[in-house]
Amino acid sequence: MTEPGDLLERAIAGERRALGRLLSLVEQGGEAADEVAEMVHDRTPGEAPVIGVTGAPGTGKSTLVGHLVKEMAGTGGQPAVLAVDPSSPLTGGAILGDRIRMDGVAGGRAFIRSMATRGHAGGLALAVPAALRLFEACGFGPLVVETVGVGQVEVDVTRTADTTVVLVAPGMGDAVQANKAGLLEVADVLVVNKADRPGADDTRRDLEHMLDLGRITGLAQDWRPNIIMTTATTGTGADQVQNAIQAHREHLTETGQLEARRRSRIHQEVLDRVTQELDAAASQYLSTQPAVLTEALAGRSTPAATAAKISKRLLSNQPPS
Amino acid sequence: MSGVPVDPVYGDGPLPGEFPYTRGIYPEMYRSRLWTMRMFAGFGTAVDTNGRFKEILRHGGTGLSTAFDMPTLMGRDSDDEVWSAGEVGRAGVAIDTLADMEDLFADIDLGSVSTSMTINGPAIVALAQYIAVADKTGVDRAALSGTIQNDILKEYQAQKEYIFPPRPSMRIVTDMMRFTTAEMPRWHPVSISGYHIREAGSTAAQELGFTLANGFAYVEAAQAAGLDVDDFAARLSFFFNSHSDFFEEIGKYRAARRIWATWMRQRYGAASERSLMCRFHTQTAGVSLTAQQPEINIARVALQALAGALGGTQSLHTDAYDEALALPTEKAARIALRTQQIVAHETGVANVADPLGGSAYVEWMTDEMERRATEIFDHLLDLGGGSILEGVYEGIDNGYFVGQIADSAYRFEREVNDGTRIIVGVNAFTEGEDGDQDGANLLRIEQDTEDFQLKRLAAVKQGRDDEAVNRSLEAVRHAAEDPGANLMPPIIEAVSGYATEGEICDALASVFGRYVEQAIV
Amino acid sequence: MTDSPQAAVAGRTAPIRVVLAKLGLDGHDRGLKVVARMLRDAGMEVIYLGLRQTTDTVIAAVEQEDADVIGLSMHNAGHLALAPRIVQAVSDAGLDVPVVIGGIVPEADVSALKEMGISAVLHPGASAVAVGEAVREAVRGSLGDQPVHD
Ligand SMILES: Nc1nc2c(ncn2[C@@H]2O[C@H](COP(=O)(O)OP(=O)(O)O)[C@@H](O)[C@H]2O)c(=O)[nH]1
Ligand SMILES: [Mg+2]
Repeated sequence: MTEPGDLLERAIAGERRALGRLLSLVEQGGEAADEVAEMVHDRTPGEAPVIGVTGAPGTGKSTLVGHLVKEMAGTGGQPAVLAVDPSSPLTGGAILGDRIRMDGVAGGRAFIRSMATRGHAGGLALAVPAALRLFEACGFGPLVVETVGVGQVEVDVTRTADTTVVLVAPGMGDAVQANKAGLLEVADVLVVNKADRPGADDTRRDLEHMLDLGRITGLAQDWRPNIIMTTATTGTGADQVQNAIQAHREHLTETGQLEARRRSRIHQEVLDRVTQELDAAASQYLSTQPAVLTEALAGRSTPAATAAKISKRLLSNQPPS
Repeated sequence: MSGVPVDPVYGDGPLPGEFPYTRGIYPEMYRSRLWTMRMFAGFGTAVDTNGRFKEILRHGGTGLSTAFDMPTLMGRDSDDEVWSAGEVGRAGVAIDTLADMEDLFADIDLGSVSTSMTINGPAIVALAQYIAVADKTGVDRAALSGTIQNDILKEYQAQKEYIFPPRPSMRIVTDMMRFTTAEMPRWHPVSISGYHIREAGSTAAQELGFTLANGFAYVEAAQAAGLDVDDFAARLSFFFNSHSDFFEEIGKYRAARRIWATWMRQRYGAASERSLMCRFHTQTAGVSLTAQQPEINIARVALQALAGALGGTQSLHTDAYDEALALPTEKAARIALRTQQIVAHETGVANVADPLGGSAYVEWMTDEMERRATEIFDHLLDLGGGSILEGVYEGIDNGYFVGQIADSAYRFEREVNDGTRIIVGVNAFTEGEDGDQDGANLLRIEQDTEDFQLKRLAAVKQGRDDEAVNRSLEAVRHAAEDPGANLMPPIIEAVSGYATEGEICDALASVFGRYVEQAIV
Repeated sequence: MTDSPQAAVAGRTAPIRVVLAKLGLDGHDRGLKVVARMLRDAGMEVIYLGLRQTTDTVIAAVEQEDADVIGLSMHNAGHLALAPRIVQAVSDAGLDVPVVIGGIVPEADVSALKEMGISAVLHPGASAVAVGEAVREAVRGSLGDQPVHD
């Protein structure tokens, strides 16, 4: 088996296969992933712009991302994409289909990696930032993360981005739907895609209206998300999306929010990691020491009281080093 | 056979030839005119195919059917290194420029034949080339007769031979409908095809529902483009599959006629009787042919052909038994033709119109097919906010068609796997397989064709006025950008100056974009 | 987590990743889609490239996606021309990824394909179990004797 150190060297030298392998290690988590994280640390100043793209299934995210990365490559960038799709909760398998649409547009000009959620939200929340750092370490940037904007998990993942682009397509109540799903709250750039279809102007108006009412606040301060009309199938409007992303980034930089976002991301990641480890420790504890449950199972103590006792014991057994 | 005299039709109620035409579009059906036995083959160069065409004409035939090779069907020139290498002239004839179309129809009077062209994505280029040949040989455009498949909607749903995205593609189709309506009154600009939907794995009811919905979508698009329904509806025709479930197929054809007539009259305001008639071609189900014990496919084809005849088809293509493995050999193609000749001349099914009409089961099945198709229309109307056309666009976009077809294909596969569905020779009665698939008897196409075509194309490019070609391509781009323009005239202009099919498709794609499928499985 | 299909067994902890594609212009993808579902239902991650792929796009996908196996669907007697191309491309790229072919392939051609380096040939009508097993077997073969999860 090839060592991570060796793989990283080759990946930095531009060998895509080696980077592909490392991404798998990172995705799997565990010790190998930690080892990779340690190695890339020096090479990841966190300067590569991270752009999140989200929206309901079928709104045209992958097609638009294809055009965005094509433009990025055209202006000297070395874009990489992480395309996240859900795993089947029943079988654990997945069909990952973003790549064909992106690459169909971008024609090989970006490194595209498809990632399945693999059923555990915590793992994904850790794997995404780790994979992004790996991309940066290997000289890639800007970095794009596409997620299906349906669940909280995906919304969380897009929070790791500097700029989040939310797509809405015209149709009955799509804007309202997106709002309900909590998608509009995370939008820095709003895109009405499928502008070639009837009703696109209505959707735009709905969004303007929501902005006026203050329903869409965005995560940034003093920033009103632009609304951009695109037709991703032809690429019309993709350049404007690009400009809006740029403008948003400049705003973040000028107002110091970029740095603030970076800090909050690290904060979040540490928190995620701690949560995950505590979770694992708790599960481990309960399965290796089933006796601790006896009182609760017999009804002599409340689950809450039992839990409090266990937590106390757990935390004191593992003092911070 | 024993000489019992029979009437042309039995039963009462709406008879064949009467609205809603459930029982057939003509009063006497095959008694007045047998179905057309259309068998099309075609591969190699345009010159080879021209030879075959002339032979057909010498034997009294008047219908010429053209199958194109894959690069031509996908808008790629023969010298496209990435996409065409190894495919040129393989499954049909390669047509790059007008020169090839001229070869294909050399010494044939286009005013006195009827030509069918099976092409969709770049259909507008093929039609323009055909018109240009007529122009050059002094044949009046109004005298041209034939059919071009040009059913782009089912490409996104099933056959996947698309080039541009759906909306601009539909604009191309309506441009062609407008043009032929004005200038080519004997030309059938669209053959709405369920065949490929079925081959991709749909059920009979889905084939029926999707195909007719596509038909309605073309009607709505043409009406939106300003055409009067009675000016074009009679020149729309259909193409259905004939699969193995005998009575389901027959019910499907009968339901198709009834639905089409009813909708055309009630929803689209057609007044002319000819606008109401669902005329269709049928081909036996290629996908039902098995590679195991290939000879038994002859029996399958015979039964499917019988279903087509009992369903009242206007023309029929019977598959060759060895098609599961490769292109048909000459012997297999002849047996296929003989098979439908037996159905036509020995079985007596042609003596009476709609011989199964009135059978409780067949009538029930017809109603059931209609009911299921109606559910599909309702869903599409819902998706499209009252418009079938918008519903079809949306169904393409959101993966409805492809997803439904994949579901049916998967269900079928599972049934074969677990033995609940028996396929003779595959999952039952498998003994007797002689394993004689050594490929020795299979037809394989030679590399010569490709080499010949590459030289031909290079010579044409050498001899043309490149500057004029570029100007004409610029004009095509301009027309593409202007939704009010008709693309036909500039494309006829471009092909006449020997612009290649690939160049014209590239010019269109620079405005329209290229379609990429979705991973709906 | 222990009894889910992707559960860890020594040597592998992640689901098998399969790149599924069809080379060339042919648009018959019925079989490809059926197989994609079968593999997903067998707990694998399918990177679905679909129609009109080239050896270049397949290889790029294998590298970037770290795929364990390539599945190609063939139709219209293209297998004898296309199979050597993909095998060559895999070796040119320095990859050791097995290739499984599905489609209508005459029995007589199967051994020729295997000699070219194709790991397995699946015929139409192959059961979900057979398809899953063939892919797993191909991966196992390329990993040497390491056990693969089931
Ligand atoms: N009409 C139209 N269709 C589009 C447009 N953008 C994407 N589509 C179609 O929408 C479908 C879904 O696109 P995709 O990029 O896969 O969406 P995703 O699921 O959000 O990633 C595909 O059929 C696209 O062709 C557009 O601008 N106009
Ligand atoms: Mg997507």
